[in-house]
Formats: sequence, structure tokens, C-alpha cells
Amino acid sequence: MSVRRRWTFALAAGAVVALLLPCLGVPTFYVSLLTQTWIIAIAAMSLDLLIGFTGLVNFSQAALFGVGAYAVAIAATRFHVVGFLPGLGLGITAAVVTAALFGLVALRAEGPGFIIITIALNQIMWGLAYQWVSVSGGDNGITGIVRPHIGPLDVSGNTGYYYVCLVMFALAFALLMTIVRSPFGLVLKGVRETPRRMRALGYNVWLYRYFALMISAAFAGTAGVLFAWYNQFVGPVNLSLDQSTQFLIIVILGGIGTIFGQFFGALVVVFLSNELSAVTQRWMLVLGLIYFVIVMYAPGGLVVLVPRLWARLRGRPVVLAADVPLEDR
Amino acid sequence: MTGAPGDALCLSLRGVTKRFGSLSVLDDVSLDVRTGERCGIIGPNGAGKSTLFNIIAGELPLTSGTVRFLDRDVTRLAAHARARSGLARTFQTTTLFPRLTVVENIVLALQAHSGERFALLAPRSRYRKRDEEALALLDQVGLADRGDASIDALGYGEKRQIEILLAMAQRPKLLLLDEPTAGLAPGDASLVTEMLKRERSGLTMVLIEHDMGVVFDIVERLTVLHHGRVVADGPLDAIRGDAAVQEIYLGGVL
Amino acid sequence: MQFYVQNALGGLAYGSLLFLIASGLTLIFGLMRIINLAQTAFYLLGAYVGLALVAHGLNFWVASVAAGIVTMALGLAVYSAFLHRYHADPLTSLLLTLGFALILDDVILATWGGDPHSIAAPPFLAQSLQVGGVIFPAYWLAVIAISTTIAVVLFVAMHRTMLGVMIRAAVDDEEMARGVGVDVNRSFYIVFAAGALVAGIGGLLGGPITSAYPGLDGELTPLAFAVVIVGGMGSLTGAFVGSLLIGLVNAFGKAMFPELSYFTIFVPVALIMAFRPQGLFGRKL
Repeated sequence: MSVRRRWTFALAAGAVVALLLPCLGVPTFYVSLLTQTWIIAIAAMSLDLLIGFTGLVNFSQAALFGVGAYAVAIAATRFHVVGFLPGLGLGITAAVVTAALFGLVALRAEGPGFIIITIALNQIMWGLAYQWVSVSGGDNGITGIVRPHIGPLDVSGNTGYYYVCLVMFALAFALLMTIVRSPFGLVLKGVRETPRRMRALGYNVWLYRYFALMISAAFAGTAGVLFAWYNQFVGPVNLSLDQSTQFLIIVILGGIGTIFGQFFGALVVVFLSNELSAVTQRWMLVLGLIYFVIVMYAPGGLVVLVPRLWARLRGRPVVLAADVPLEDR
Repeated sequence: MTGAPGDALCLSLRGVTKRFGSLSVLDDVSLDVRTGERCGIIGPNGAGKSTLFNIIAGELPLTSGTVRFLDRDVTRLAAHARARSGLARTFQTTTLFPRLTVVENIVLALQAHSGERFALLAPRSRYRKRDEEALALLDQVGLADRGDASIDALGYGEKRQIEILLAMAQRPKLLLLDEPTAGLAPGDASLVTEMLKRERSGLTMVLIEHDMGVVFDIVERLTVLHHGRVVADGPLDAIRGDAAVQEIYLGGVL
Repeated sequence: MQFYVQNALGGLAYGSLLFLIASGLTLIFGLMRIINLAQTAFYLLGAYVGLALVAHGLNFWVASVAAGIVTMALGLAVYSAFLHRYHADPLTSLLLTLGFALILDDVILATWGGDPHSIAAPPFLAQSLQVGGVIFPAYWLAVIAISTTIAVVLFVAMHRTMLGVMIRAAVDDEEMARGVGVDVNRSFYIVFAAGALVAGIGGLLGGPITSAYPGLDGELTPLAFAVVIVGGMGSLTGAFVGSLLIGLVNAFGKAMFPELSYFTIFVPVALIMAFRPQGLFGRKL
């Protein structure tokens, strides 16, 4: 019970900090980076639902994200659909429909086969965005996407949009946490662990994977829509394999199967890529090394690694590991 | 269809043949299991016993032949659909959900036929009675205090018990048991045997087993497979006395 | 007619390069279940190392083999230090190769900079040939010949040597192979090394066609995976046929539908995935 209370407290404290941040004189640049963090974290959480809870390592998550972004971009610039809800609805629908098609092809394989096929599927969407110039604008992408108003509220400013993304993140987080704790979520975990036994118990494993893919796409599409409005530009890079890889790296950093860890993963990657790149050109190297260490030595991700290191530091701040008797280590 | 319930066929195989390339694993196997019957399948390693189970359960497509279950042709039915119509099985190598708790494992079996498996916007704590049901089942085998442990943390004997408990939690009409006591120490093996004997008398069972003590303790009828063919089939005593079977398989055991 | 011959030759040359990458990819996957996302980074490393050696006056062919050996050494180091432990765990090994590719990319960028390096073919192959009305670089023929030779060598090694028989036994059924005394671990090292070697050699060989620049590996990865999907995962023959097919589709697609050339590659891939998921020469996934 005390663990639960501590969690509730941490979550509440985090929410208060997140709510107050833009009012505390934090530079606009950082408010903007945090906005990006909320958005990318939604996409990473959507991928975590697949990797951490269903056992599907989807390399086409960027395609789902990007389809959402392109859908709202095209609707806004060509058809003047500029509302918040219509845009969101369109993006989510586009992503879910794409996932429904992807699933028909990719779910014929399992494990490594699924991974390789989703790499190819993602590349097909990238190719479309890159080369179907009349629709997607090709390499130039689509510019001039205007942030919507929500009813009478003008949220197109930096601070206003920060709150939009914060609220969307909170909603997505709450929804995903509910899903993974539901009876349906237990079924997904069963599918992740032992598909063969699930079939023997009477579960249609294929169908659950298919559902999971579409649910995940709804969140990825949401993130894509928010990103299109945030960036006011969509290009092929947003649905590239590199983008899929970035989502995957975030999930690994944050911690597979944690959902909430994805916020920290996103925070690290967004800030590293923006801050570190100003200091050194080698930020990819730093990111790669952190990532490598986590895969090798802390498969639970930052949410496991950081508390462990912290406990260690607090426990014996000045004692070197080598000085500690074996039984205390 | 006619006659007393005890005479109805629960499972009926006709001419079941399975080839992998040129290798024939099952050759024209026909077998009837009446409702309520406890039937054993024995045979040396490589006789095709596990393949036969995989075919009955729908995990492997067969080369030719038909499988009927509860008077329905299920030859082309997927494994999960067969399970939903009342067929449950256990696995020779323990096939559980290692990172889930014991209760969660059982709940997965319990909720398999209930609409709640699609409930995604309500936390599991809303369905506490499922957990209680699972604990009650665990209590029957004296494992209630292990409910919150993850499967990984269980001993081998306990895992074998959960392996069977999961299939029983499905409330099946036909239970396929693939070497339930494989690899168990005698003490644990007798625990499993007791568990099977305690099970309600009406349940139809087909049992693959190498331990003849277990076989004679549980089944009333025996089918002997050899090189993918049925070489003997009949009441326990008849098979026990069958010289050909002794020759082929039982050797000096009896 | 000219159009067809020209594009067919170009496609075959490009496909030949793809084979040098995809052969390792498919063999490593077939044997160890490792999806090696660093395979194209090996190719790129081979190109840069080879280029540096050529700049120091080494002969083109010697440099490409030397670059292959350097790449192989690195591949072996990575395999034995990190990957070896995880061969039964496809996700972790995939993630590790991904991390390794990130690091290697950045090291390459730091060492050789972001500008594309064009690579010249050896002088005697630098001219164009004219046969009938078709004009094409002589170097294309050389690449096709070399890649075919490597394919034959790999094929013979897999099918006619004791080592190859053991490796194929391990691909079919690892446990059984261990049971009959095959040193499966040794075959893991050999296959990983061979994959890195061939990709590394390919880097400089392909240089006159693809040139070398950061990000080239990322562009080649999807094509190499397309080859593996089309040919069937784990099949060497499949990798060869698949490479040539993808090379040809790529060349004709670019010539005939420049707007949709990328699409033209992946449509057949999608069709194969949908109707024959095990690929042309593979076993069921």
C-alpha cells in the first residue's frame, strides 16, 4: 500500500511541476522541447504497448505516426480542415486503417519475421511520402500547417500548445495504463509470453495481436497529429525507418513494458538530440553508448537503472565498490 | 448420437495420417473415445504420440483423415476454436506464462470463454471474483499460498501441477494430458496422479504417459502406438495380456 | 532494346552489390536468429577503410580485401564481446546490432566527415564499353563477375565442404547438430565473420557505383531486407536470386516510373509477404 501511495505522490508531484513549468519563467525554447517530449512520449508509449505487452517488435511505428501527421497536414492545407477534433479524428483514423492493412500482411509472421516485414512496410510508406509528390509534397514535405483553436481557446502559442500536449499525454497515459491492467491487457501479456498456450486455452492469438496493433496505431496517430501541429511541417523524415528506430530506442531507454518509463526515455532523447548536439557533434555516439549499456546491463531501462544507481550512491556515497565487503555488494 | 450418454462418442479419429516430407509419422490412425472414458496412449519414443495430440488439438494440419469432436467435424478448425468448443490439453514440456503470477495464469484459463477478455477499459481489480475463483482452484491442490508468486519462482513439481490446473480451469469436455508426470520425482508424480483421479468422474481424458504405474492407476482403456500405427486397442486387462504388445513395447515391464 | 540491355546490366550490377550485403544477413539470421542491423554499416566501413588504403597507394583489389578483413575483425570483436551471449534472444541481439550501427555510423562520420566520397574504379576498368548501341561502364561487368564468384564460393563452401554441412545441419536443427557433435559455436563465429568479411569487401567494390557517404547504410538496409524477404530468410540461393531480382526491379522501376521507383521495389516485396511469406527459397517462418 505504501508503494502505491508513493507512486500516487510522485505522479501528483510530477503533474504539478508539469503544469507550473511554463509559468515559472522557463525559457520558451525549453517549453518547446518539453512539448515535443510529451508528443514523442505518446508515440513511444504506443510502441511499448506492442513491444512490452504484446511481444510485437514493430518497426513500422513511424509509419503509423507519420500517416497521422500527413493526414492532418493534407487535410489542413488542401481541404481547410482546421479544427482540433476533426484533425485528431482524421489522423487517428488514417493511422488505424494503415495498421489494419499492415496487420494483414505482417501478422502472418511471428518474431523475427514480423520485425523484418515491418521494416519493409515502413519503407513502403516512406517511399510513398518521398515520391508521391502530388499528394505528399515529396522531399519538401508539407508546410504551413496551422495549429487549431479548441473551441474559443487559442492554443496556437507556445504555452497554450504545451498544455494541449500535456493534457493529451496525460489522457494517453491514463488510457494505456488502464488497458494494460485490464482483463484484455492480461490477455495481451499472455500472448506476449506463450502464444501456444493461449491458443490451447481458446484465445485467437492473431486477433488479439491485430487489435493491439490498431489500438497502438490510434495512439501513434494521435502523436503524429500533435507533432504536425507542433512542427507545422511534415516531411518524409517523420515516417522514416530512422524515426521508427528512434521510438524503439526511447522504449529501450525508458524501460520495456513500463508505459510510464517512456516519458523519461523521450525526455532523454529529445534533450540529448537538442542540447548535446549544441555542445558536441558526437551526440549520436553518446546516445548509442547509453543505449548499448542499457541493453547489455539494465534491460529494465532507466526506470530500473536510475533508482538502483541512486540507492547505491545514497547508501555509500564515498565508498568505492571495491572497498565494500562481498556480502554487502 | 443414440444410446446412453456414456456411449456417445466424444472424440473420433478416422484414417489420420501425417507425413513430414517422405517421413510418415502417423499412418491411418483411427480411434474412438467415448464420453466419460479415460483412455491411455502408450508407445515407444517416436511412435507419434505427441504428433497425434497436436493434430487432435488443431496445432498441426494433418495430411489426410478426419477428426470429429462432440459429433462435429473439426478437421479444419483452428486450435483456439477447438479449445473453445471444450477441448483442453497440457504439454509435455511445461508451457505456462513464466513472468505472470500463478493467479494470473489461472485467470487466463478462467476468462478464456467469458466476454471480459475483451474488457479493456476496466482494471482487473474490477473482476476480483476471478482471482477468488483461481485461488479456490489453487486451494484444492494446496498451492493457494503461491498465488502471488510468478511462475518462474515455482519448483518443477509445482509447475507441473499448474500445467494441469490450467487445463482443468478451462472446464473442458475432453482433456488431453501429454506426459503429466514427465521428469517428476515419485513423490511429486503421485501428487499429480491424485489430482487427476480426484477430477470429476464424467470428464473424458486421453493420457500419454511413460510411467506404467500412472497409466494403470488412471485409465481404463489403452491404445498402443508403434511407428505411427495403432497396434493394439482395448480394455486395460486385454492389452496387459496381449503378447504382441508385450513383445513390441512393454517388454518385461508387466 | 538498348533501353532493356542497359537497365538490365545496371540492375544486375546493383543487385550483385546487394548480394554482398544480403548473403551475410540471411546466413547470420538463418543460423543464429540474429537480425544484424549493422550489416550495411559493415559495408560502409569497408568502403571508407578501403578508400583510405587506396589513398595510401594500395592496389584497389588488395585494398578491398584488406578492408574486408578489417571489417571482419571488428565484426568478430563485436560478436564475441557482446552478441555471442544473446544468440537465443532475437530481440536483444537485434537491439545490440542497432546500437552498434549507431555508434559505428557516428565514428565513421567523425573520422571521414559528412561529405560524399566518390570512389574511382581501377584504371583499366574505368572506361565505358560499347556493345551494339549499348554504352555501359566496364566496371559493371567486373562487379557482376566478382559477386557471382563470391556467391559460387559461398555456395560450394556451404554444400561441398564438411564445415558447410555442419553449418547447414546447425541451421536445420541446432539441438540435433549439437547432439551429433557439431561444434555449433564455432560455426556461429565463422558465419558471422564471413558475413562481415563479404560486406566489408563489398564496400570498396561497390564504391564506384554507390560512392560512400554517411547514411548510405541506412538507404541500403531496407533494400537488403527486401532481398532477404524475397529470397527467403536463411537461404543463400534465395539471397542471390533475390538480390538480382531487386536490382533489376530497382533499375527498371527508376527508368520507367521515376516518380514511384521506390514503390516499385516494395510492391513485389509486399506481394511476396502476403502470398508466400517464407520467400521464394525459404522455409516457413
